[in-house]
Parts: sequence; C-alpha cells; structure tokens
Amino acid sequence: MTEFVKPTVEYFELWPLLVVFGVACLGVVVEAFLPRRVRYTAQVVLALGGLVLALVGVVLVAQDVQTHDDGAARGVLAVGGTIAVDGPSLFIWGLVLALAIAGVLLFAERHLDGGVSAFAGQAAAVPGTDAETAAIAAHREHTEVYPLMMFAVFGMMLFPAANDLLTMFVGLEVLSLPLYLLSGLARRRRLLSQEAALKYFLLGAFSSGFFLYGAALLYGFAGSMDFAAINEAVRNDVGSSSLLLIGTGLLSVGLLFKVGAVPFQAWTPDVYQGAPTPVTAFMAAGTKVAAFGAIMRLFYVALGADRWSWQPMLWIIAVLSMFVGAALAITQRDIKRLLAYSSIAHTGFILTGVVGLQATDQLATGEITSVQAVLFYLATYGFATIGAFAVVSLVRDGGGETTAIDRWAGLGKESPVVAAVFAFFLLAMAGIPLTAGFVGKLAVFSVALAAGAWPVVVAAVLASIVAAFLYVRVIKVMYFDQPVGDGPSVAYPSVLTATTIAVGAAVTLVLGVLPGPVLDLAAVAGEFIR
Amino acid sequence: MAEGAHAPVVAPDTGAGGVFELLWLVIALPLLGAVLLLAVAPFLPGSARAAVDRHGHLLGTATAVASFGLSLVLFLSLLGRDAEERQVGQHLWTWFETGSLDVGMDLLYDQLAALFLLLITGVGSLIHVYAIGYMAHDPRRRRFFGYLNLFVAAMLTLILSANFVGLFLGWEGVGLASYLLIGFWQHKPSAAAAAKKAFVINRVGDIGLSLAIALMFATFGTTDFGDVSAHTGEASQGTLTALGLLLLLGACGKSAQVPLQAWLLDAMEGPTPVSALIHAATMVTAGVYLVVRSNFIFELAPVAQTAVVVVATVTLLWGAILGCAKDDIKKALAGSTMSQIGYMMLAAGLGPVGYPFAIFHLLTHGFFKANMFLGAGSVMHGMDDDVDMRHYGALNKAMPVTFLTFAMGYLAIIGFPGFSGFWSKDKIIESALAENLLVGVLAVLGAGITAFYMTRLMLLTFFTSRRWEEGVHPHESPRVMTVPLVVLAALSVLGGVLLLGDWIVTWLEPVTGHAEHHEPPLPAIAITLLITAVVALGVAAAWFLVGRREVPREAPREVSFATRAARADLYGDAINDALVVRPGTGLVGGLTLFDRVGVDGAVEGGSAAVGGLSSTMRRVQNGFVRSYALSLLGGALLVVLALLAVNLG
Repeated sequence: MTEFVKPTVEYFELWPLLVVFGVACLGVVVEAFLPRRVRYTAQVVLALGGLVLALVGVVLVAQDVQTHDDGAARGVLAVGGTIAVDGPSLFIWGLVLALAIAGVLLFAERHLDGGVSAFAGQAAAVPGTDAETAAIAAHREHTEVYPLMMFAVFGMMLFPAANDLLTMFVGLEVLSLPLYLLSGLARRRRLLSQEAALKYFLLGAFSSGFFLYGAALLYGFAGSMDFAAINEAVRNDVGSSSLLLIGTGLLSVGLLFKVGAVPFQAWTPDVYQGAPTPVTAFMAAGTKVAAFGAIMRLFYVALGADRWSWQPMLWIIAVLSMFVGAALAITQRDIKRLLAYSSIAHTGFILTGVVGLQATDQLATGEITSVQAVLFYLATYGFATIGAFAVVSLVRDGGGETTAIDRWAGLGKESPVVAAVFAFFLLAMAGIPLTAGFVGKLAVFSVALAAGAWPVVVAAVLASIVAAFLYVRVIKVMYFDQPVGDGPSVAYPSVLTATTIAVGAAVTLVLGVLPGPVLDLAAVAGEFIR
Repeated sequence: MAEGAHAPVVAPDTGAGGVFELLWLVIALPLLGAVLLLAVAPFLPGSARAAVDRHGHLLGTATAVASFGLSLVLFLSLLGRDAEERQVGQHLWTWFETGSLDVGMDLLYDQLAALFLLLITGVGSLIHVYAIGYMAHDPRRRRFFGYLNLFVAAMLTLILSANFVGLFLGWEGVGLASYLLIGFWQHKPSAAAAAKKAFVINRVGDIGLSLAIALMFATFGTTDFGDVSAHTGEASQGTLTALGLLLLLGACGKSAQVPLQAWLLDAMEGPTPVSALIHAATMVTAGVYLVVRSNFIFELAPVAQTAVVVVATVTLLWGAILGCAKDDIKKALAGSTMSQIGYMMLAAGLGPVGYPFAIFHLLTHGFFKANMFLGAGSVMHGMDDDVDMRHYGALNKAMPVTFLTFAMGYLAIIGFPGFSGFWSKDKIIESALAENLLVGVLAVLGAGITAFYMTRLMLLTFFTSRRWEEGVHPHESPRVMTVPLVVLAALSVLGGVLLLGDWIVTWLEPVTGHAEHHEPPLPAIAITLLITAVVALGVAAAWFLVGRREVPREAPREVSFATRAARADLYGDAINDALVVRPGTGLVGGLTLFDRVGVDGAVEGGSAAVGGLSSTMRRVQNGFVRSYALSLLGGALLVVLALLAVNLG
C-alpha cells in the first residue's frame, strides 16, 4: 500500500473550474441570506459574472499551457494527475461556458410568461393545490436554478477533463444530479415535468451503476483507476481480456446513456419534452458536449491501444443511433420530442467522428484528426441546438408554449423572422451547405472515411437523407400549411433570449461560411495528454 | 512526326512596356460597347434611350474601329521588335485560384495573335460599317450592334488569352454571340431553330474542348500555354493523343468540320453581316486557330494530326459538293466556307510545314469570303431579300459595284493566278502533295469543284438571263455598303503580298516551329500549272452545264441521285438523326422510365418503409420507466456481448 500523498492543486490552470464551483457555492449562500426580491438580480449577475470570469480564465490558460512531458500535446496534469487540463479540455470548457452563458440568459428570461421565469413558483407545492395557486399569484419563482445550473456546469467541465475513472464518475454525478432537479421545475405542465425528472433520475442512476461496475472491472484488469496506467496495461496486455472487454462495455453504457445513443436513448424524448424549455436547451447542448469529451478521453486515452476491439461496437451504435433517431423523429407530433430524436441522430453522427480515430502517424498531412472533427461538430451542434430550443420557447398560445407541430402551421406568416431563424437552425441540423451543420458533417464523415469506417459513412449519408426529410417537414408546416384556428402566436422575448437566438444563428452561419478559424482552433487544441 | 520535332515553347515577355501596356484595351473597347448597348441602354430614361437607339450603331462601330486602330499600332510596334522578342504577355489579374489550380487573366500577344487581331478588328470594322446600311431599317438595330460588339470582344478574348481557360471563355462567348445573332430575327421559326441547332451542335464540340482542358490540368497541373508547351514532352503518348483528339473535337464543332458540320448552312438564317463576320471570316476559323495554337500538343501526337488531316480532307470535299447543289446564294457560300476551312485544317494537320499556310489561307479567305458574303447581302438588298439564285440573273448591269467587287472575290477563291486565294491555296496543296499523295490529289480535286460551284454561282447571279420576280427592281446599294465591299475586294486581290519573300512563313516561325522541307513529287511550277488546269476545267464545266443552258426558275425535280444527296446536305441531318438524336431520345426515354420506376420507387418505397418502421418503433416508447430500464439493460447486454463476440469469438 503506497502512502497517501497530499496532491498539489494547480490553482492557475484550474481557475475556470474553481470559479464556477465557487460561484455555485456562493449562489447557495445568496439563496439562504438575501431577501427574495433581490435574489433574482443577484443570482443572474453572479452566474453571468462567474461564467465570464471562467471563460476569461480559459483563454488565459489556453495561451499559457506548455507542451506536456510526453511531447505530443500541450497540457498539464493537475491535482495529482486526476484532472487533465489539455487542449481538448480547454476547448470543451470554453464551449460549455459559452453555452452556459446562453443558458443563463434563457433561464433569466421573464418576458415570455407574464413577468415570471419558466420555473415553478414553488416546486414543493403539489400541482393543482391552493399552495400552487398562491405561489403563482405571488409571482414567486425559484432562483435556486442558478446555483443548480452552476453545479451542473462544474460537472460538465470536470467530466471531460477527468483523467481517472473515479474523477470521471464524480464529474458524471455532479453534472447529472442538478439536471434531474432542474428538469422537474417547469411552471406549466408540472406533472409532465415531474414525471420527466423522476424518469431521468431513475434511469440515470441505473446507468451510473453500469458505469461504476465497469470502472470496478477495469480496475480489476489494470490495477489502477488512472487512464495512463490503464493505457499502459492495455498496451502490455496484462490481465484478463474479458475483464477489460466487459469493463469497457459497461463503462460505455454509462457514457452512451448520457449522450443518448441507441439503445440507451429511451429517456431522451420524455425528458426533453417534460423539462422546462430553457433547461432542455442548456442540457441538450451542454451535456452532449461534456459527455462526448469524456467519451473521447476514455476511449482515446485509456483504451486507445485497444481501439480494434471497441471500434466495431461504436460503429454499430453510431449507425443505430442515426437511423433510429432519424426514423422515429419522422412520426413525432411534438417539436421538443422531434428535436430530442434529432439529437439522438446527431449523437450517431458525432460517434461517426469518434470512430475515426487513427494513430497520429497514419494521418496524411493536412488531414484533420477525429478529435478536431468531433470538437468542431460539437461547437456547431451546441449553438444550433440552444438556438433552436430558444425559438421553441417563443411560440406560445394561452396555455404556455405550443409544442405541437401542427399548431406551428402558418408561423411563416405570423412571424417571418422567427420562422426563418428556426428554419435556418433546422437546415443547419440537416447539414445543408452554408450552415455550420454541413461543415461539421463533412468533418466527421471525412475522418471516419480516412479511418476506413466507410460502412458507417455510407449509413450516415443515408441517415442524413432521412433526417433532412424530417427537418424540411417542419419547414413545410411553418410556411405552407393552413394554420389551425387562430394559428400560433409569438411572444416577444426580452433582449436575453433574443441575444441567445441571435448568437446561435450567427455562429451557425459563420461556422458554415468561414469554418476555418474554429477548425484551426480545434486543431490547435491538439490531442489529449496522457 | 520525325524525332526531334519539338514545337517552340511559349515564353512571353511580360515586362514589355509602352504601347503593349494597352493590350487589354483591344478587348475592353468592344466589350464596353456591348455593355453600354446591351446592359446600360435598356435602363436609361426614355429620351436618353431613344437617343441611344438612334445613334447606338455609331458607338458600336466606333469601338470596333478604335480597336482596329489600336491593333494596327500594336502590330507596327511588334514589327519594330526583334524576332525573339515578339511574344508579349500581360497579366491582368488572378482570375481564380483554388487548390493547385491557378488561372490568371493573362493575355498573350505574339505573331499569331497579331495577325488575328488585324483580321478580326479590320474585317470586323468593315462589316460594322456595312451593317449601318444593311440594318438601317431594323427596329432592333441597337441590340444588333451590341451583339456584334459582344462577339468581337469574345473573339478577341479567345485569340489573346494566354491560357486554355481564358480561351474557353472567349470560345463560349463567341458561341453565345453566334447563337444570339443567328436567331436575331427570332420571329422567324426557321431562325430560332437554326440558332438552337448551332448552339446544340457546338455544345458537343465544347465538351471536347472542356475535357481537353481538364485533362491538361490533370496531366500538367496548369492550362497556361507557356507551362503546357514546356512540359508536353513529359506526358505519355496516349495522353497527348487523347488531348489532340479532344481538341480536334472542339475545333470540329466551332469550325463546322465533319461530323459536326450540320449547323453552318442553317446558320445563314442570321442577318448577312453576321454570316460574313462570324460564319465566314472569323469565328468559324477559331478551330484552325486552336489547332495551330496547340501545335506543341499536335506535334507530339501524330495520330491526332492524322485525324485532323482526315477530317479536313473529308470536309473540304463535303462542303464543295454542298456548294454545287445549293440554289440559296448564302447556303452555297456557306458550303464553300466549310470547304475552305477544310483546306485550312488540312494545312494545320500537316504540322509546321502547313501552319503558316493555314493562317495565310485563313487571312485571305477572311478577305474574299467576307467580300462575297457582303456582296451577296448587297444583292439580296437589291432583290427584296430573295436568296434564291434561280430568281437572279444578269445583275452585272444593275449592280455594277457589287458585281465588280464580287468578281474579285470570285477570282480569289477559285485561285485565279495572281489573286490572293491563288497563292494561299496553291501552297496548301503543294504541301499536301509533298506529305501524302492521296490527300494532295483530293485537295486538287476540291479546287476543281470549287471552281465549278463558284462559277455556277457567278453565272446564275450576274450573267445568264433575267429571272427576276415580278415587281423587283434591282438597284445598287448605298455607299456605306459598297465602300467596305471595295476595300475587301482590294484585299482579296492583294492579299497575296503576305507571301512575298516568304514573309508570313518567317513571321510565324517562332510560334509554329521550323519546318523540315519535303520535296513534292513534282516541281512546284508543275503543281501550280496542274492546279490551274484543274481549276480551268471546273470553270469550263460550269460554263457548259450552266452558262450555256436555259436556267429554270424552279429547281428541276428529275435529278440524279448525287444532286439529290447534295441538296439534302449529303444527308448530314439524317446521319445526325440516326446516329445521335434517335439513340439519344431512346436513352432519355429509358432513363425517364428508370427514374420513374427505379429511383422514384426506391425513394418512395424507402420513405414508406422508414415511416412504417417509425410507427412500429414508436410503440416501444411507451412512457414506462420499467420498460425503459429493461431496454437499457438489454442494450448493456448487447454491448458487452458484442464486444466479447467480436474479440473473443
């Protein structure tokens, strides 16, 4: 038994992580001690300030990090080797923080629903009781959502940066638990929301069990939780390969559950539909970014030497996700469920990029790496998704948001701008040229092709055709169908949501027309350190 | 080709200052005219537009004349330079740059381009002047001159470009202008159909040229004349042959060579100045230019060169036979154009021996054929736009200027000793005889037929008895039309001076390469005498068959098979129909059927299948956590089993 050594904490490199965590804790204190009327302002300012500060920290750290000991990539192993602050981590941190800022703006929106936010007035009140009515009448709202979200952001940052299995599990749980709660806080249709939260929690806990079991098996195989040590063990082929394989499989279950890959996708539509739309927007974008960061780190760093054994499994999962996601989306009648299935299909596309892993020396010059392609795709996907859900929160009728697709008929006439922006996001998700989605798809397809995964790419192209149909169908409904009754109405958002939508659309357009800078940035991010 | 026959490398001097800095203006002037007349004028307010409509033709003519003046100055400046420094380049801007393909808007002004510039702007200017009179009463005159300017600008781009992509730009530009001008009187269905026919047949040739350019890029990584000519030696024989054949296909389309000849006769539906400028003097010779310009490819591709000679020989006889049977004066001339371009192609196919003579004949032909077309236009002008020669006769008295100038063109084309055509055709036939006896003999035969059909045309129009329609009063055309005729007639007579002291051969040698002289089978003087005798035979035959007999006003029905075939364009359209159109229609029908049954079936069936699958799978999504958890467990099992099966199985 080796003696426990107190780890040193690299405060500068971990600055973004620590700021977010500190702000989250501070938020709890604010909630406890400040009077109700100033809490909203205090929490929003605190959250935004913390996120911006953390983002600045990411930029500073990114400029500062040196080449790691192994000489292949830049980065620092912090806190005794448990957290890797390397290029991909920093890229994902920046992306998560940007998406979280947009998320805070959506959380803080109070124009759409008569001066209150989208969250329940008093979550503890049973739906339909006097207590709820009183809370609504008093214009109460839960400001705990901001610290909760900050904890989730902290988890999203820790998850992809974790460099051993235990830290990764901690990240996974820190990211998940606040999201379970947030999903249940919808102001309208609370039963649906609570049901979603409970389902998410139960299934999440179930999948965490798989992850933990897998971690235990892998520890049994390698004798260490550390990714570098696992990699070493895999390379030297010590121990039982069935321990390794079963461990890999169970770990993948936990991770693939988080990204909503088939066959672990069942929770996605129910949760996306039930959760308050701002939460769905933040969760759909942020979780996927973080979880894919973790997937790549686990598979590339810890299990990279064993890629011939897990790549076929991911091939199958990628193809299944694309087809099941796209096919099921076609028959959806609810826009949030449709976007949920579309996100499942996108998981498949991103996995296509993940299976494009090649050894560095096999890459032709000028060819992009799979890390670069996946990071770029995540950026395009994150902004398009958060923008699209933000638009969903605008279309309303008397009972709150109108998410039934057939009620969206005539939106093109009712509000040409909103319809056009939404159509643009849909086209981006479909991967039409001049949108970011096209470049992202091109990037992941080309790395997969270069790695010889042509069957996956063929399937992906076919799935893209099916997916294009479902997006275009929504556009057709918005522009060409006769409105039902009075047709949809569009609530005027405050500058907060408007900013989010505008930024999402702008990023989607710019990345589609001039992808160079961000692709370069992803290339500068380089590889994972070990 | 013999060993060591290397074409000169194109290496222009891009630093030449002085007047050469203005090279771009040669193209820009007519282009400006076209833009003003076509793109700006329609948007002017009412009174200004009326003014442009009234005087626009003068602007169009002025730009062409200015361009000619500049070309003349450039030519004189080029004359003043040493023979080695007569390739001048000008880089205007980078046209596009993508990957390793870098195409510049580069101009190349050398000995070859200089001669073409003079021909295009010179004859072009004369035809602009002529058209002022010819189109005086046309309500769309401004547009006509705009199109003419557009054509001149495109033709100059074709000639001056320093790479094949720029050449292609001009190539397509002249094709567009040709289409617009053939169909200028679009209210006539025949004109509209002729324009479409010309356009479609030219596309076939253009595909050849564009494939050649693509192949060039794939092989050499560039389309620049200089770089390609420097590296042709490194390409494989097969590639060079393919390049040569593709270029020949392009040339066949533009220059109406067999098998892409069928559009030229129909193109005579355009106004006569158009026929003179585009379909006689300049555009149709672009194919000859292409072959001569690409000499660095053809020199190393003997198979392609042989193909050029074969195509040329067939065409020169084909066109001549058509010319014998046509009663429409313009179509007879068009057949003759086809035949004469055949002569040029023949010379171009002979290699360095022939290149200078191809260009020489191209120039003299530009003079005398433009002269005759404009003369024909003048005759039509006097005969109320009737084109049937059987309704002419004895016009020599009624239209003396037209007659005399036309006669000069006639003597030039049949090769009457001393006239320009005599020198140029004589040289081509002499070179052909030296290279290949059969080709040479066929070329001599062609000269005889030329004499026959041109004499027939001359007799039917200006001599024999009057066969005029009722109420037609032939009269001489106005001065604005006859002056260009006189100038062109003078050029037709004197064009031969270019051969004085072998000037044109020496002049072009840096471009086309040095020729190894082959001794012809007979002494040169004997060949000349032989040709002249054959020509005299043709003239005499025409005199006995046409001049001495009564000419019926209606074309006789009871004619020999040969005449019937010639009247039907030697069944060119029927051949096209059988070989291309009908199989094409069948193919398209088949594709449509496949599209409907195969593609639509797959797509619609696919969408139905996906939709059905979707509905079925939806039922799994039943909302119960227990079944979700079960599916999660099942998935986990599958993943693990799959991993184990793949790796341990």
